[in-house]
Amino acid sequence: MTTNISFLLNGDEISYDIKDHWTLLHLLREEMGLIGTKEGCGNGECGACTVIVDKLAVNSCLYLAVEADGKTIETIEGLASTEGSLHPLQQSFVDNGGIQCGFCTPGMIMSSKALLDENPGADREEIKHALAGNICRCTGYIQIFESVEAAKEPVVENRGGQNE
Amino acid sequence: MSKSNNELSSEFSVVGKRIPKLDAAQKAMGRAEYIQDIKLPGMLFGKILYSKYAHANIVKIDTSKAVAFPGVHAVLTGEDVPKKMKMGLIKDNPPIKKGKVCSFRDEVAAVAAISPEIAKKALGLIEIEYEELEGIFDPEKAMEKNSPLVHDHLKSNVLKMPWNIHYGDVEKAEKESAFVVEDRFTTTWVTHCCMGTSGAVALFDASENLTIYTNTQIPSLAHKDFLEALKAMGLENKRVRVIKPVIGGGFGSKLDTYAYEHIAILLAYKCHKPVKIVFDRVEEFKATSTRQPTVTYIKQGCDKNGKLTFRNMRMVLDNGGHTSWGATTPSVMLMPISSLYRVENVKYNAKCVYTNNTYSQAMRGYGNPQATFAIESSMDILAEKAGIDRIEFRRINKNRSGDETPQGLKITSCGLEECIDAVKEELKFDGKNEKGVGTGIASLIHVGGGARIYGSDGCGAILKMDDYGKVDIFTGGTDMGQGLDNITAQIVAEELGLLAEDINVVHSDTDICPWDVGAHASRSTFVAGNAALGAAKKVKKKIQDFASKLFDVPCEKIELKDKLVFVPEDKEKSMTIGKLLRKAHFRPGGTMLMAEHFYDPDNQNMGKELKGNMSMTYSFGAHGAKVKVDEETGKVEVLEYVAAHDVGRAINPLLLEGQVYGGVVMGLGYALTEEVTIKDGKIMNANFRDYKLFTAKDAVKIKAPVIETIDKDGPFGAKGIGEPGCVPTAPAIANAIYDAVGVRIKDLPITPEKVLAALKEKNG
Repeated sequence: MTTNISFLLNGDEISYDIKDHWTLLHLLREEMGLIGTKEGCGNGECGACTVIVDKLAVNSCLYLAVEADGKTIETIEGLASTEGSLHPLQQSFVDNGGIQCGFCTPGMIMSSKALLDENPGADREEIKHALAGNICRCTGYIQIFESVEAAKEPVVENRGGQNE
Repeated sequence: MSKSNNELSSEFSVVGKRIPKLDAAQKAMGRAEYIQDIKLPGMLFGKILYSKYAHANIVKIDTSKAVAFPGVHAVLTGEDVPKKMKMGLIKDNPPIKKGKVCSFRDEVAAVAAISPEIAKKALGLIEIEYEELEGIFDPEKAMEKNSPLVHDHLKSNVLKMPWNIHYGDVEKAEKESAFVVEDRFTTTWVTHCCMGTSGAVALFDASENLTIYTNTQIPSLAHKDFLEALKAMGLENKRVRVIKPVIGGGFGSKLDTYAYEHIAILLAYKCHKPVKIVFDRVEEFKATSTRQPTVTYIKQGCDKNGKLTFRNMRMVLDNGGHTSWGATTPSVMLMPISSLYRVENVKYNAKCVYTNNTYSQAMRGYGNPQATFAIESSMDILAEKAGIDRIEFRRINKNRSGDETPQGLKITSCGLEECIDAVKEELKFDGKNEKGVGTGIASLIHVGGGARIYGSDGCGAILKMDDYGKVDIFTGGTDMGQGLDNITAQIVAEELGLLAEDINVVHSDTDICPWDVGAHASRSTFVAGNAALGAAKKVKKKIQDFASKLFDVPCEKIELKDKLVFVPEDKEKSMTIGKLLRKAHFRPGGTMLMAEHFYDPDNQNMGKELKGNMSMTYSFGAHGAKVKVDEETGKVEVLEYVAAHDVGRAINPLLLEGQVYGGVVMGLGYALTEEVTIKDGKIMNANFRDYKLFTAKDAVKIKAPVIETIDKDGPFGAKGIGEPGCVPTAPAIANAIYDAVGVRIKDLPITPEKVLAALKEKNG
């Protein structure tokens, strides 16, 4: 069965004929070539495939593509500016050692972004909670927490405490 | 502690700086290409069928339905594998088995098809008739005379391995000891859990030369294995090119070549198309190798002053059904057994025993965590028996610079005492903890200057400069996320007066990069670092020679810094390195500045006597843990953790801390939560719900004091630090639990169930 869906992907309007059994991960990676979203387990246990759907971090390996119809989807490819400069979270992961092998990184950054978009002042406990579904085998998490914390501070200052 | 780590090595411009990982931006943008992301024109997808039994004869295989399935290009069984195509340490493992299977992970067939889904369906159409045989799953039972044989042509399940040593006179020393303790410790299967699963893409060109993309830690040895595979296939004198995509985690898992790589090669050859095999997570758990499980008997003693007199250890290692590097882990276990603390009389015997379980491989620490768990737990038991404070006991017996250990290890730089002090400073070992809270300490020794277990322990580097002051360096070394790229770049940049960003590190292609024995034994910083430094020194000399003529001053007066080549005492005599390169190049008889260097450390193979200085230098460390044990539930909470390491010199403290934090958390999993549950040979928890890794929620506060001892042989004084972070973690935790609630857990992982049972036994 094929269904046509329309959605907003990293700011672009997309119309795509999908098979009903496709996951959003399959659509992004295998059909659209967006390899930044990773498959770590295919079972919703590791978070490597995390994308943001209507402001919520979801495991795209468990999310049916057909459900994306009418939604706003952000993936790691959409974070850097069109001029190529990194999103503050990406830059912060780079600067603070939040990245080693890098396989969990896109998912880790997307979960962090969903958190900070919702709660720009998130503290260490809230960060731990938000990242509990994203497994990293390299870093021991410490430099990932530091990355998220370092990314949030200037955002809070610049906005003078106001949300977008 | 990161503040004080910020102040390390301040005399350099690039070395010692917290420079972010060079490929981090690419990874942060999702642009890094892992094996999962490789797509070639016309590529087929391979899938592997595994045995239904732990031990069985294959009576009949019918592949006709799979062959006929639309979209299937090839089906292979053991009959299609060339006789001489075998894998592993003693070549006892064909990539697809025929006749008999001896573990659930034994490959029995493989398919290539136009999609992974079709390949998977075709696997389901392969009909196999088995005759189940009695299995043997306990290595100690497998040693008994009447045990079923895993390999019928061998008369025993015990492998012929050389792990039997005796230095000094253990029996005499035991008699003369004032205090002796004896215990049994066990460690179980744990697995690497690389976030990027295993995989390979193989293809042949029109001349039957092989290119294989594979996430290996040993490009040069893999190259050799695949050459042998081609030879077995009748393709002698053909070429092999190994291309390593970005690796989604290594930790030792990629130190051998595997069935999936050989099967991809066979399928690609048969189909005349590229074939990709990538594991799913279940397969990654079931068909990749674990850390070597151990049963350890340890006896050690000391005199009335607390000086260690002897250490006598015996181990039984579950080898599984086939033999990979797990069977050689005793070569590294021998190091802490003979040389962690001063002990003159040492005996060690290890038996590797075939069973119908999964087979083991290298994993971060390579046997050292298993041995150190027993040694450092026993050290606390002995200290208590001797009535000596456990920290004082370790000080009495500490290794010192200038020591030569019974094994023949020559201790050069040694910061063990400083590490113990750093742990003591951070965690108060004053016994004044609240109820249920305790502290523990454990030390480590590890190879820090290469490890000579092959004929060569070397690494090559080729360095070329362009016309603008930029460098390409082609290194044999492998980056798998640990930071070999940065280490190489920072060393070269420091030597040539450039910035790290001026250095392009190429480490991914055997057609381009020189030989290296592999990213193992925490050797890359030391060995690949020295190779890069050697090449940089040669180019620097060429720059100085050329500048000497240009400036008309002796070579020694010329310095390179801030991208300039200049004479410090004469400000007129200065130009950018780029300009000098152009002057050297664009003239009659011009030259480009390039150099190669092959560095092979002056360390020794241990030989038959199992004696010798296997590494040029040794890394030391001490870990301290403060834990809280809930006596109602048995749950252990790690309140604080300190991991102090003697690293020689921190080339990059940011990445160094990352190695330590990551190692410690892997070690904490080993200590407390991780276990591949295997029942009658079958893995029962092949997923992240049931295999308990530490998550962000479980993350622990870790301090990582760095002790710099500036090793005379290390590049800028550096020693290896990739593995030490996970070596003494389990005994530090076990010792802290004993301090907290008085129960000694001798079997990993230390689950709440084990703690509760021990508390129950203790309290009656």
